[in-house]
Amino acid sequence: MEAPKVILLLCALLALSPQLRAEPVDTLPDVTVTATVKDKGIIAPQELSGKQLQGLNAHSVADALRYFSGVQIKDYGGVGGVKTIDLRSMGSHHTGVFYDGLQLGNAQNGQIDLGRYSLDNIESIRLYNGQKSSLFQPARDFASGASIYISSREPKFAPDARVGGTLQLRTGSFGLVNPSARIDYKVNEQLSLTASAEYTYANGRYKFRYRKVFSDGTTAWDTTATRRNGDVHALRLEAGAYGRFRTGTYQAKVYFYDSGRGIPGAIVNNVWKNSQRQWDRNFFVQASAKSLSDRKYAWMVSAKYANDYMRYLNPDTTLLYIDNTFRQQELYLTTTHKLRLTSWWEVSLAADWQYNTLDSHMSNFLFPRRHTLLGALATSVAAAGFRAEGSLLLTEAFDSYLRNPQAEGGERTHSHLSRLTPALFLSWKPQMVEDVEVHAFAKRIFRMPTFNDLYYTDIGNATLKPENLMQYDLGASWQVLPASTCITAFALHADGYYNRVTDKIIAVPKGTGQYRWMMTNIGKVKILGLEASGDISITPLSELLLHLRGTYTFQSARDFTDPADCLDAAGTYKGQIAYIPRHSFSVNGDAEWRRWALNYSFIYVGERWDNSSNIPENYVQPWYTHDLSLTYSLPLRSHRASATLEVNNLLNQQYEVIRNYPMPGRNFKLILRFDL
Amino acid sequence: MRLLFSFLTLVLMASACRHDDVIYIPEQVDTGNPVLTSVSGFYLLNEGNMGTNKCTLDYYDLLTATYFRNIYASVNPEVPKELGDVGNDLKIYGSRLYAVVNCSNKIEVMDAKDARRIGQIDVPNCRSITFHDGYAYVTSYAGPVEIRPDYSQLGYVAKIDTLTLKEVDRCIVGYQPDGIARSGDYLYVANSGGYRVPNYENTLSVISLATFKEVEKIPITINLNRVVADERGQLWISARGDYYDVEASLICYDTRKHRVTATFSINAAAMWLHGSRLYAVGVQGADKIYKVIDTENLTMAEEDFITDGTGADLRVPYAVAVHPVTSEIYVTDARTYLNPGYLHCYSSEGVHRWSVRTGDIPAHIAFREYPPCGEDIKKGGPALRKSSLTEFISIKN
Repeated sequence: MEAPKVILLLCALLALSPQLRAEPVDTLPDVTVTATVKDKGIIAPQELSGKQLQGLNAHSVADALRYFSGVQIKDYGGVGGVKTIDLRSMGSHHTGVFYDGLQLGNAQNGQIDLGRYSLDNIESIRLYNGQKSSLFQPARDFASGASIYISSREPKFAPDARVGGTLQLRTGSFGLVNPSARIDYKVNEQLSLTASAEYTYANGRYKFRYRKVFSDGTTAWDTTATRRNGDVHALRLEAGAYGRFRTGTYQAKVYFYDSGRGIPGAIVNNVWKNSQRQWDRNFFVQASAKSLSDRKYAWMVSAKYANDYMRYLNPDTTLLYIDNTFRQQELYLTTTHKLRLTSWWEVSLAADWQYNTLDSHMSNFLFPRRHTLLGALATSVAAAGFRAEGSLLLTEAFDSYLRNPQAEGGERTHSHLSRLTPALFLSWKPQMVEDVEVHAFAKRIFRMPTFNDLYYTDIGNATLKPENLMQYDLGASWQVLPASTCITAFALHADGYYNRVTDKIIAVPKGTGQYRWMMTNIGKVKILGLEASGDISITPLSELLLHLRGTYTFQSARDFTDPADCLDAAGTYKGQIAYIPRHSFSVNGDAEWRRWALNYSFIYVGERWDNSSNIPENYVQPWYTHDLSLTYSLPLRSHRASATLEVNNLLNQQYEVIRNYPMPGRNFKLILRFDL
Repeated sequence: MRLLFSFLTLVLMASACRHDDVIYIPEQVDTGNPVLTSVSGFYLLNEGNMGTNKCTLDYYDLLTATYFRNIYASVNPEVPKELGDVGNDLKIYGSRLYAVVNCSNKIEVMDAKDARRIGQIDVPNCRSITFHDGYAYVTSYAGPVEIRPDYSQLGYVAKIDTLTLKEVDRCIVGYQPDGIARSGDYLYVANSGGYRVPNYENTLSVISLATFKEVEKIPITINLNRVVADERGQLWISARGDYYDVEASLICYDTRKHRVTATFSINAAAMWLHGSRLYAVGVQGADKIYKVIDTENLTMAEEDFITDGTGADLRVPYAVAVHPVTSEIYVTDARTYLNPGYLHCYSSEGVHRWSVRTGDIPAHIAFREYPPCGEDIKKGGPALRKSSLTEFISIKN
């Protein structure tokens, strides 16, 4: 093995990934692991994949992300409730979400609801702070403050088999019925196909309880009610082709998602039920081809078309009746070229073009269009345990919108934005202490205002500037693979970071009238954080495999928007921003013994405030849940059947992530699975 | 390992556990400026941003200069989810205090003496309230739905018997009625049409008190908001404009002459009638509005009523009230709408005296005379005054 490869491999091993674990005998030791590992970049990501991912009591990608450090989920509760993530308190808009290599876009509001991505067909989830520090990727991969890569399952076949697949049924609380099927077909050694389908129905009902006491502990009031209008039905269809040619690989994918759901809404005095509904239809098709990345010259080309439909209905005639539909389209082309100049020096150039449109039937709608040209120039060097990557991203965005939506002719106003943003990633593996790696990064990036920020009727502000983000990170990891103890793997990982968000886009009261809002660039947040995680695998008995993983996050995310607002304790200046806990941690342990697997998870999210005015009225209690699952697997010749019973929120804690949005108490799930 | 364990111990120590939610105990602030008249204090209703359930009630005791922040829950600890979501109006009628809570679809009826809950009247999407002759009249957006090519929905005025707290009649008015006032034998309702952007309403509905039927719709200007009736049969109507081309304005409509007699191009987000003086506050572009209008001569004073220049410190002047006896002025600042606001007190000459933090979006003020309705102040004296205070903090602890 040549030197860079060894370094790459070692760096990858530092990741707290299941590759660390002694794999049980029945999983396939996959040669492609090395190839995947190499793409992980200079600073290894947090990762959950394979069995470990499936073992979590997680229904969606959002649920699984709770086990990563630095992540806060905004969860409005229930199977159909919106779940968005906020990484290192930068705000959800700064996180790019990539599905099978290409970014999921939402030019309208920048929000990706990760609650909609079921774990059913997911192989791995990786989280990178800053960016994936790799050269061989599209320019858009350089363009977020943090990135989440979701990889769907690639076709896998038992030796000599041409067909593989899985049937699964998940059912349980909330009236959940969730069947899914997947089939893999090997056309020949060079090409395999896969198709999967999943249907989800849930009535979304669950009991919740609110209670207040006097200071002597006696009950003042105690109310239990049923969460309503949280029903959801969703159909997901997905098909993919995975092929390889002599010097590279190619992939194509079609994705379709169609759903309808109730929006359960806030529970306030005298209102225990809401009736708003939303329908979504998402379609995308994408294809990419790339050469093997270890060649002297490597190339990559991808294309994507996405078409998203959304309808929002408020049928409640005591409120403003709303029936709005929106259609977004995105066209995306990208190409990347990488050259290895010497054994220790590589350069790459990536160029992207993206076109977004948003249409609606709303009155006074401005029909925005956006062309985005992205160019990324990156280089990396590796020598003597030291690796570095520097990248420079050029963004050219061209917006246009109707000057006067009521006038004929459709005359458009144009605007243009140009930004150059750098990033630097470093890692060092000192030769004298073999098991330690030290890394650091600094990155300047921004997020474009969304179409809603800019052009939404009345509220939008077309003069908005992008929101800026500066990130600094310093971290270290230590991992040991003891040779002959029962501890088979052990790793520790810690990162400290400082982020600064300026020109933060927030809504403020508009001058011209009562209770009207306008988006502005006045927000300013400084975030100081510390993350730590540990991972240990133990084999105390020959057939018993234990694995324990823990994460901890400290965040001081303070609001520096308004220096004048510091008159008393209610002042927002230097207050902890909304819904960011100072402390949060998770513990996840699993045990495997013969055909049994037991998983236990604990999540703790500390006290928060729903506003950067940190007063008792805005205080939100900490919450913590215990989840437990037990799986029994039965090999049937070359097939495998398994049954899992999950209990979530074991102690039936009545909690809220977002104020007035009660979360479910104890709930159950049964998963039956059959692998062909 | 030892390091790891000490770290874990630290984490556990830093992590607070859940505790029972304790009924909110009001905070007290001493402003240091007692005002001794028959007016014992005022209630202030904070709207709270939509969906937060943070409509809260504050009380300022003028006699002891004590501000009680967020009293409802401690006075009424048995009410689930407290006062509700988005307070929209507050008035005292007789011995009772009425809070119109818009997104909780109810009017909370309390004892004016101590804010103890008496009951509630369910009125969907209720907006403003006025009283006459034992009845409460409440505007509501939630009238019958009209199925036309364009969806539209008229509003109504609910007539409520204040003895039984039951709705006894309904009168359909224009689109999205907001302000309501009585003058003579008629009710006047400001129709906004706020749900019909850009096709705002432009009328004032006139309802006969005798028949409780709409007798007329008077065109005024678009997007009417609040109405205040003075003693001369004049109505002071604020209009929000369309936020683009049509400017906000304050209009005087004379019900005797049946015509508009004056128009001032100011954005009067809130108004308060004090004798013959009408105080108006609001925001207009970068300017804050603190104007006084002489309702006799229909003239607006050129100077702001805040005379010491401190008016510029407010961000969103949102409500105004004037002490009925001393003419002391109170102005609230809603600031960002999301964070707690402030109440500022100015002398009758407009010089800043004190400020106190309120709840989110302080918006509506109702003065409380003691004993209620100004009967016999001598009967109680300071002793009773004191007991009325302790009632507010009659928390079970």
